[in-house]
Amino acid sequence: MVNTYRGLDRDEEEFVDILEDKRHCSDLSFAFRTFSPPPYKGAPTCSSTELNQAVLESQYLRYVIQEVAVETGSSVEEVRDKVCRILQEMSQNLQLRFIRLMGFTVRKVFKRLFSAIYVNMKGVSALQQATQEFPVILMPNHRSYIDFLVVSYILFSYDIPVPVIAAGIPLAGMKIVGEILRRSGAFFIRRAIGSDKLYWAVLSEYVQTIVRRGFVPLEFFVEGFRSRTLKSLPPKLGMMHMILEPFFKGQVYDVTLLPISISYDRVLEESLLAHELLGVPKPRESTMALLKASKVLQENYGRMHVNFGRPLSVRQLCEGKINRCQYNLIPRDLPQKPSGEAQACGSWLAHMMVRLQEEGALISPWSLMACTLLQVPTTVLTEEGLLFHQLTEQTLWLRKLALDFGAHLSWPEKVPDSDVMSSTLALHRSVVYHKAGRVYLVREDEDERKYSVIPEEEMMRTAAAFLMLASYRNQCLHVFVRPALLALAMSITKSTQRDELLTCFCFLQEVFSNEFVFIPGRFSQDFEEACSLLKNCKAVHVSQWEVAVSDTGLEVLSFLQELLKPFIDSYQLMFRFLCEERDCVFREKEFLSAVRTLATKLIASGELHTYESLSSDMQKNVLSMLQRLGAVTKLEISENTEYKVNKSAVRRIGDMLAGRIPPQIVQAAPDARL
Amino acid sequence: MASNSSGDGSSRHQIARHRLSVIAGHLQRPADSNAAVLAVDCKSQGSQPNVNTGDRGEGRTIPRRRQEIMKWNGWGYSDSRFLFNKKGQAEFTGKRYRLSGMIIPGLKDWMEGTFGASLQHKTQATPVLNTSAVQPPTLNEAFVKELKSTGIPFSHEAEDRVFRAHGHCLHEIFALREGKIGRVPDMVVWPNCHNDVVKIVELACKHNVCLIPYGGGTSVSSALECPPEETRSIVSLDTSQMNRILWIDEKNLTAHVESGIVGQDLERLLNESGYCTGHEPDSMEFSSLGGWVATRASGMKKNIYGNIEDLVVHVKMVTPRGVIEKSCQVPRMSTGPDIHHFILGSEGTLGVVTEVTIKIRPMPEYQKYGSVVFPNFEQGVACLREVARQRCAPASIRLMDNEQFKFGHALKPQVSSIFTSFLDGLKKFYITKFKGFDPNRLCVATLLFEGDREKVLQHEKQVYDIAAKLGGLAAGEDNGQRGYMLTFVIAYLRDLGMDYYVIGESFETSVPWDRVLDICRNVKARIVRECKDKGVQFPPLSTCRVTQTYDAGACVYFYFAFNYRGLSDPVHVHEQVEHAAREEILANGGSLSHHHGVGKLRKEWMRETVSNVGMGMLKSVKDYVDPNNIFGNRNLL
Repeated sequence: MVNTYRGLDRDEEEFVDILEDKRHCSDLSFAFRTFSPPPYKGAPTCSSTELNQAVLESQYLRYVIQEVAVETGSSVEEVRDKVCRILQEMSQNLQLRFIRLMGFTVRKVFKRLFSAIYVNMKGVSALQQATQEFPVILMPNHRSYIDFLVVSYILFSYDIPVPVIAAGIPLAGMKIVGEILRRSGAFFIRRAIGSDKLYWAVLSEYVQTIVRRGFVPLEFFVEGFRSRTLKSLPPKLGMMHMILEPFFKGQVYDVTLLPISISYDRVLEESLLAHELLGVPKPRESTMALLKASKVLQENYGRMHVNFGRPLSVRQLCEGKINRCQYNLIPRDLPQKPSGEAQACGSWLAHMMVRLQEEGALISPWSLMACTLLQVPTTVLTEEGLLFHQLTEQTLWLRKLALDFGAHLSWPEKVPDSDVMSSTLALHRSVVYHKAGRVYLVREDEDERKYSVIPEEEMMRTAAAFLMLASYRNQCLHVFVRPALLALAMSITKSTQRDELLTCFCFLQEVFSNEFVFIPGRFSQDFEEACSLLKNCKAVHVSQWEVAVSDTGLEVLSFLQELLKPFIDSYQLMFRFLCEERDCVFREKEFLSAVRTLATKLIASGELHTYESLSSDMQKNVLSMLQRLGAVTKLEISENTEYKVNKSAVRRIGDMLAGRIPPQIVQAAPDARL
Repeated sequence: MASNSSGDGSSRHQIARHRLSVIAGHLQRPADSNAAVLAVDCKSQGSQPNVNTGDRGEGRTIPRRRQEIMKWNGWGYSDSRFLFNKKGQAEFTGKRYRLSGMIIPGLKDWMEGTFGASLQHKTQATPVLNTSAVQPPTLNEAFVKELKSTGIPFSHEAEDRVFRAHGHCLHEIFALREGKIGRVPDMVVWPNCHNDVVKIVELACKHNVCLIPYGGGTSVSSALECPPEETRSIVSLDTSQMNRILWIDEKNLTAHVESGIVGQDLERLLNESGYCTGHEPDSMEFSSLGGWVATRASGMKKNIYGNIEDLVVHVKMVTPRGVIEKSCQVPRMSTGPDIHHFILGSEGTLGVVTEVTIKIRPMPEYQKYGSVVFPNFEQGVACLREVARQRCAPASIRLMDNEQFKFGHALKPQVSSIFTSFLDGLKKFYITKFKGFDPNRLCVATLLFEGDREKVLQHEKQVYDIAAKLGGLAAGEDNGQRGYMLTFVIAYLRDLGMDYYVIGESFETSVPWDRVLDICRNVKARIVRECKDKGVQFPPLSTCRVTQTYDAGACVYFYFAFNYRGLSDPVHVHEQVEHAAREEILANGGSLSHHHGVGKLRKEWMRETVSNVGMGMLKSVKDYVDPNNIFGNRNLL
């Protein structure tokens, strides 16, 4: 199973710096290069007006408009007008002129921001081939706003049809920029569509029409949002399903999915994201904000790696997973809820795509260093400083472990390790600095930003730095998470029995499935993978019935356990909070701020060691996990969503996580995310 | 011929004679060889039947000893085949068809270009049947003895038996070419009439002998294959000598016909009286009336005349339980489920159809071919859809895809005058350059109109108007006629292909209108993909045409063929590809079969096609009618 989705050859792929050869030719002549992508075999291209027309006149929308008109009591014309407006707000207007303009600007910006943009050429040529055959869906991970532009830019450079891109509606609101994005192929989707049936229908038909026509690749972020924590997010399934449906219904022969892993040495939005996690509201996307942000242009963000995965055939992947005959007895245009089978298939594929993005990601030296730094006591980093050679030693040890676990590293070759270390530290001087053989954490200068809203500013500044570190650590967590869960299971159960460990492992996956991405229904394969990885690095002995620590394994295991400690600690903190709270009913906002207050107090008193419990992302994850496991129920009372806690259930989960009672596989409610 | 007593009787005769000559003009080989360039028809010439003095039924095409006129390991008449002459040009031999004796210059290039085939690489079929390779018959002596006493002719000669052991599936013909003979019937009987059949079936029941009815032998569903697990003596019941028209009822326009008559004879004999059935399946030269009933056949001109189930008024079938028939000859009745529908499509599992009353029509006065070129297949399908919506389909309307259009083009006989070739060039220039049609995307619809002259012309205009609205360009009668020719010579062409390492097959389905384009694209793509995956060296020919239109959907016909050089087991690869293609059809909402039937080839999908209960219903009918499985060909269920 592992092999079927492991898209990349393990041998080193050739990455080419696309800025390198272009530095010699002028930006202008780049923008005006002849752009002649090979044509799509299936059908001729169609303009965005034709596309909109086709959507508007589709049988499916005609049905939905009728339905909505009946339900709302308005006339068909009114509903149709509404559809037109939605479509107008949504639709892209891809024009080659604007691609050229975009190419010109992006190139200028990129050259300033990045020292190199590495792209795997094999992947690019496979993509070029694929775009001629079947509809192609580009699925990059989403870590930065830059992601929007970089794929189109690369495709433009290599004569591949430039994609239309699903983007969040706030971008459309930006003056001029919104329009430029629209004309560069972006189409805009509202956030929180909820149960707006008409909107869903228009979006679905729009996306499906693009897939059915197939002449242009469709790009979307399966994670749904930019990851605030640089960790992969569990995929959103609505869009995924829209893309699969034309295949399920036989309207296209096949759909090609192409995972793209974009890895940044340093993310432009690093500090913004950390502050967002601490509760500082995200600045609204506006053109003014963009201009103000031009300050970031003055800094260096190191290298970017764009790894195009192997094109995957949906037809092949879904073989045996979906019975396409299920669509035979009802007109395919009729609005229908996807069947359980179709939903499961979409969910499985979406999760797999995220895993493929993870596997294609290149781990930077900095990410490994962040792992190491986070395992050092807080005071060492803030006060006395960590010895540089100690950091180097630890990082190199970790590098070996990561390679053993099959990670791709972007560790520069033919450069002495100490140079790599110090240049990495230099690149990340916003987080750490290197002075007299020791490494210290930077705490933000008070003058630079004003966050007077939040009390205990001192702590917040440290917290921001730690959350940035944690985010960079998160970039490589997927490499370690499966063996780490096994290591954790070993320490929780204090057992060597395979079946006991498997049960605990499953429990942990269930608990942390909002935190890390696991492909549904693959518990036991993941367990086997974890066993064999730990066995390969000689940390455990594996036999038919047992998994036991080896003599030399303690170092690896304790590192892995330590890696997950911030998560365990934060989760336990929140469990404690929920159990100790007098009231059984609370609102999400109240919960977030109360937990934050409690965590702040405990960190200050030295009782809690991780700043990650302050992260709103983690707090939300705990809530949805508890909800999934039935320990918290959502009460829909008017506009305010309230939650009701089942304290004993929460306590039980906490106890199982602490090893006080043996873990059981908790029966989760079926995944209702769509 | 009986006629109305009214005064216009003689003028009617005249009209009929005139019609006859018009039709004959379309069908027969003209004396003037120049005219051959303009119109080439397909079916062999009906007016030259083999007169076999030994057999009853003078003027019938099919003798008892089929081997006298037909190939034992290929399609059709022994004297008609494609070959490459010494100059390397393709040629069609014999005198029966319009194409006979003509050079087809484009075929060689097309074969080389499409399949990567080469004239240098030839595989020779086993020339004569090696009778020693045929298992000696397992005879049921008591049955044979009693049969002898009835005087019904029978044979256990190897040649006769081998001839009735197969239909025309690729694997069947391929095996014969290699001289491989599997289980064959142990004996062949030729009943002469309904009563003979009653006697045979009674004896078979008495002595527990397995009966397999045999009509024209054109099955493409492995329906005639003897089940290898059958241990009883297998008797092939050949209906070919039951080939008389018993009566014609001119007042009700019906004819009562014995089931063994083949299509061309039925049509010709009715024509002599000024009538026709209008039922023209592509196999009509050889397939029999009983076979049509037993497989739910469909004819090319069903738009005017209907499919077999619309044509049949009364059927008589001999079953182990006795004879089943209705008590009256009425157009319709409400008497519970129509018992005809147990018979139609029963594929020889319940009994033998012996006599059929079939609707007849006066012969059409006028017939006209036509064709329309479309810039792409999508627009072509849109046109057929619109024609169906307006219910104005001509007798036949078919849409060939681009590959098939090119295929048809490759079959153009040598052009004898410079003027015609110049004209052809001009047409091509007009369509591709002036109208901007992409020669690799365009497709052609072929049309056949029938009826009174005036109405035909009116009808023609209506159809061409629709076509024009949907981007089609009228492309002349010649193209249309050549399209129909393709269906009659395709089977001969398959034999030519097999001489050069090319094997292929056709299969069909029916599908709702909104899925026509999807199914065509997906099935064709699936074939290409499967061939590639199975190690076929050259891209296969994977092509389709929409051959019938209905109110709610259409019938789609696929051809696929590939060069099998380099494959160790080409037949197996072929079967895998065909299997995958059928899976694809079903996944795209197509039917298991529109008119070929299920036989044994498609049995595995029956349950999912008709549901468990449906299967149970069919089984219980079989169990009642034939509890001892006398009709043991094991088709369908």
